[in-house]
Amino acid sequence: MLTDNTNGSRNNNVSSVQLRQLKPSFSSRFKEFFIRHLQVFFYSLGLLSRSPFATLMTASALGIALALPAGLYVILDHASQLSGDMNSINQISLFMKKDTSDKRIKAIQKKLHAYPEIAQVKHINRAAALQEFQDNSGFGDALKALKNNPLPDLLIVYPSLTHSDPQQISTLLIELKKIKQVDLVQLDIQWLQRLYAIINIGQRGVLIIGSLLALAVLLIIGNTIRLAIENRRSEIVVMKLIGGTDSFIRRPFLYTGFWYGLLGSLIAVLLVNISLIIINDPLAHLSSLYDNNLFSLGLMGIKISSTLLLSGCLLGLLGARIAVGKHLKEIEPK
Amino acid sequence: MILFDQVSKRYQGGNEALSNVNFHLHPGEMAFLTGHSGAGKSTLLKLIALIERASTGNVIIGGKNLNKVGRHTLPYLRRNMGIIFQDYQLLYDRTVFDNVALPLIISGFSSREVKKRVHAALDKVGLLRFEKKYPITLSGGEQQRVSIARAVVNKPALLLADEPTGNLDPDLSREIMDLFMAFNQVGVTVLIATHDIPLIKQLDKRIIQLSHGQLNPGISSSTDQFTVNS
Repeated sequence: MLTDNTNGSRNNNVSSVQLRQLKPSFSSRFKEFFIRHLQVFFYSLGLLSRSPFATLMTASALGIALALPAGLYVILDHASQLSGDMNSINQISLFMKKDTSDKRIKAIQKKLHAYPEIAQVKHINRAAALQEFQDNSGFGDALKALKNNPLPDLLIVYPSLTHSDPQQISTLLIELKKIKQVDLVQLDIQWLQRLYAIINIGQRGVLIIGSLLALAVLLIIGNTIRLAIENRRSEIVVMKLIGGTDSFIRRPFLYTGFWYGLLGSLIAVLLVNISLIIINDPLAHLSSLYDNNLFSLGLMGIKISSTLLLSGCLLGLLGARIAVGKHLKEIEPK
Repeated sequence: MILFDQVSKRYQGGNEALSNVNFHLHPGEMAFLTGHSGAGKSTLLKLIALIERASTGNVIIGGKNLNKVGRHTLPYLRRNMGIIFQDYQLLYDRTVFDNVALPLIISGFSSREVKKRVHAALDKVGLLRFEKKYPITLSGGEQQRVSIARAVVNKPALLLADEPTGNLDPDLSREIMDLFMAFNQVGVTVLIATHDIPLIKQLDKRIIQLSHGQLNPGISSSTDQFTVNS
């Protein structure tokens, strides 16, 4: 059929037209399905790159909307990690009864050490404590006048990191109080509880802001896709006239939504990381004013970044699907 | 191939575009649909192409009652007919090749098949050398030939054309009509709505005339204008 008769004989070889309608084979359609998907995937990217400025503006709006909850989440995540790191907060002092023998204390220490919720148990011997007190407090002579050592033996319990939330520590405290030789259990738990309460509120806040901004992302993408559909109204009409199914016509718009979501979340990752770099310096300075441990937020972790990218893409697809579902039905050939 | 059985079409507002139309177009037949502006020619074609639905009566295409065709099966039915418009309805941001390839891509042909068939279709309408051009750079007659190539590329059994020569001079119109005749010769059923009475009088094909939404039995060059189905 591909003869070189481009001119003149155009009417003569019409006889090759067959009456039956052509249909591709099933395997061909199956294979083509994926190839076409891939083509549309990149075709829709090509469409976006034809108007880079408009694309960038929309993607930036999405990026800002996504960056806000993501950034807050990063900060909050570090705050809760920070509280976890502060073992000193989570140390429980067990003041032993004075008549407890050293041997007995060693046994208790060993027993506590076997608890899964306890990371470490340190024994401060009452004699050693007194010695230290005498050396450092400046009351050395006064203390020497005492007949008996007034200090009790002390066991310092460090709960393991996996068991450091207030609820678990409270249970552990009750457990520790049951030990017969323990005179007093001490923990500044209120401070910890307050911190966790604040973090909890923060987490809810991030959830609310995140949900609202996710909705904003849906609306932005939905509106962008609606405009894209409007711009290509005549194309959609032609597609419908020559037998394009809804899913075929829908496809490029869905991929457009996907690309917007991906671009937006990439911009969000960039924005959050830039912000972290800006914040990290003064933060390090602040933490150096408290102690020598330099505290830094670092950059976004891979887990948070990929979660952000994934949710960006999904929001893009979803926003496009909603817009296409609503507006494609309105466009019919007339 | 096309059977109209007591078909009426009433638009909102009470305007009756077609009233009680009966006719039968046999497979392989070619007919011209004529009538004054507003006689209902376009409406009749739209009923066949499922762009509009009949208010009453049955339109049966290739044995399928269009009243029973739902939204989801409609695209597959349209793939079996090639539709040609007065204003070509081409996509101007794509090349001639891509325009003609569209029906094949929609149906899921492989790239090799698409290339082969698009070339064949463009060859038939004499535009193979224009495959890489954009439609906007072509003349009206050439654009109409592109749209014909697109309509026949997946070898439909039925060709519908709404004023295909409406924007063309007599010579080009004749060329286009010759193309339709050639497709009809190999068995494609063809129905063309047109104003161009002088042209179609030369062609000796059946003429279906509409007047105020009704078939006019007076002028017909074919015998079985009516196939009354009770």
